Amino acid sequence: MEFNQNKSKDNLQQTIISSHRPTPPHALSSVGTFAMRSLLKTKHTPMALMDITAMPILFLIMFTYLFGGAIAGSVQDYLQFILPGILVQTVIQITMYTGLDLNKDLQKGFFDRQRTLPIWSPSSLVGSMTFDVLRYTIACLIMIGFAMILGFRPQGTLIGLVSAVGLLLIFSFSLSWIWTVLALIMESENALMATSMMIIFPLTFLSSAFVDPETMPRVLEVFVSINPISMLVDSVRGLMHGYTVGTEIVWTLISSGILLAVFGPLTMYLYKSKN
Amino acid sequence: MDQTIDLAVETKGLVKQFGGFTAVDNIDLSIEKGTVYGFLGPNGAGKTTTVRMLSTLLKIDEGEARIFGHDVSKEARKIRPRIALTGQHASIDEDLTGTENLVMISRLMGFTRKEAKQRAYELLEAFGLSEAAGKQVKNYSGGMRRRLDIAASIVITPDLLFLDEPTTGLDPRSRNQVWEVVRALTKAGTTVLLTTQYLDEADQLADRIAVINKGAVIAEGTPSELKASVGSGMLHITLKNKTDIEQAEKVLETRFDALIRRSSRESEIIVNVSSSSEALKALNNLESEGIELVTFSLSQPSLDEVFLALTDDEE
Repeated sequence: MEFNQNKSKDNLQQTIISSHRPTPPHALSSVGTFAMRSLLKTKHTPMALMDITAMPILFLIMFTYLFGGAIAGSVQDYLQFILPGILVQTVIQITMYTGLDLNKDLQKGFFDRQRTLPIWSPSSLVGSMTFDVLRYTIACLIMIGFAMILGFRPQGTLIGLVSAVGLLLIFSFSLSWIWTVLALIMESENALMATSMMIIFPLTFLSSAFVDPETMPRVLEVFVSINPISMLVDSVRGLMHGYTVGTEIVWTLISSGILLAVFGPLTMYLYKSKN
Repeated sequence: MDQTIDLAVETKGLVKQFGGFTAVDNIDLSIEKGTVYGFLGPNGAGKTTTVRMLSTLLKIDEGEARIFGHDVSKEARKIRPRIALTGQHASIDEDLTGTENLVMISRLMGFTRKEAKQRAYELLEAFGLSEAAGKQVKNYSGGMRRRLDIAASIVITPDLLFLDEPTTGLDPRSRNQVWEVVRALTKAGTTVLLTTQYLDEADQLADRIAVINKGAVIAEGTPSELKASVGSGMLHITLKNKTDIEQAEKVLETRFDALIRRSSRESEIIVNVSSSSEALKALNNLESEGIELVTFSLSQPSLDEVFLALTDDEE
């Protein structure tokens, strides 16, 4: 090593001086770079894919066989009803990881560097969320595929099925901005996890995902019927099985829009003023 | 503010408070372009907080800061393309490999995919990281991590580089490598603001030093000015019997009115002297009192002594 120290010194000097100055990247490019970062992280830790592969399958089997006989009389009948519900519930639960990932990122030095770079400031958030949408899509495909092996038969058209997944992705993307707000407010990962769970469990279980709301007590039925997750579940179910759900779809899109309009800017405000 | 043309950093009355605690208390700085400026102080002195304010990461509570003439609070967008920060905690993604990190940062700087790969390769080569290029950073040693971190900061040679304690916890070899990088950067015209707890480091690298303690600058100047402010010479005397120490101090104090400091070693005293003849007189006086000496030496004060002297005066 020692004998070529001068050579390495020259090399260092040259490398430091020889850089050129490109114009800063446009937003799309920096978002893409951050999405790529998430992809590379996943490549290095494939176990992180458990939440979108093994977990959905586990949930599907558990709920179908646990409740199938009791609620619908037959597992096959219940599967037709519950698949859209469990799909929504699972993907909504996965959105929580967006917040957890951000929270972890904030604790690290790389966050400081991101903020001193000459880029569109939401790039890293939007980039990792874009990758998350890809993760949600994979989870949907795995669940629907596996459910079909178990006997799920959507009665609607292929377009209906694709639209159902599309609508779910739009809502999930909008919802994940709640988690980014929480991630920026909460100091610890545990507190974030607990709070997110406390929001997700009532919202997903007190919906039309698992049982028909008409079987519920009056107060609960009211809550369930105004729960945006119910709207989403009804839309997805309708689109998959081919019944008309225009109103539900509109409401789902409106609630997605509201979530995005409120929590998007709030996230960015907190993100920029984070110390 | 005038004369901003030649200044990389200029602050007036910079203040940062966290709750009731004043982390940075009224700091004025002027850092000339192309120089290395050392920020010297113990843990919790406010060094990092100042760096974070100047690098647009932390809101300035009071006062004004300009980087290359741009207001830090209002013109962050103009400043960011020209600065880079290497923080106390590695500002790189530990889950990615060395190459992936540098390609990513190059892309975020605006390089094309091909240019980014080329730049990553060059930097890894120049920083002696080629062999570890494909390994995840979490498996790097402290020194490798720090070098990669600095490499990431100079993807585009910044006009101003903030190095926050770049050698804390590094072995001497890695420390020398970091110093080499800093010297190479200044040759390339980059202004460097370096924070450190090590006086030796500031002495080696910095053109000017601000000594900071409890959020305030307590001394500022070139390394030699700072040393001179404590006294031009330091006479270190080791006594044969440590029981003589009080008598020795008394002799020196009454005859010289000299500033005397106890060393951390029990049998040593340190005397500020203005010349070598004065040092001789001091030794003669001790001799005539019958105090036996083991060793004595006359030297310029080290920055350690400067720092201790300055913080002593504070209290």
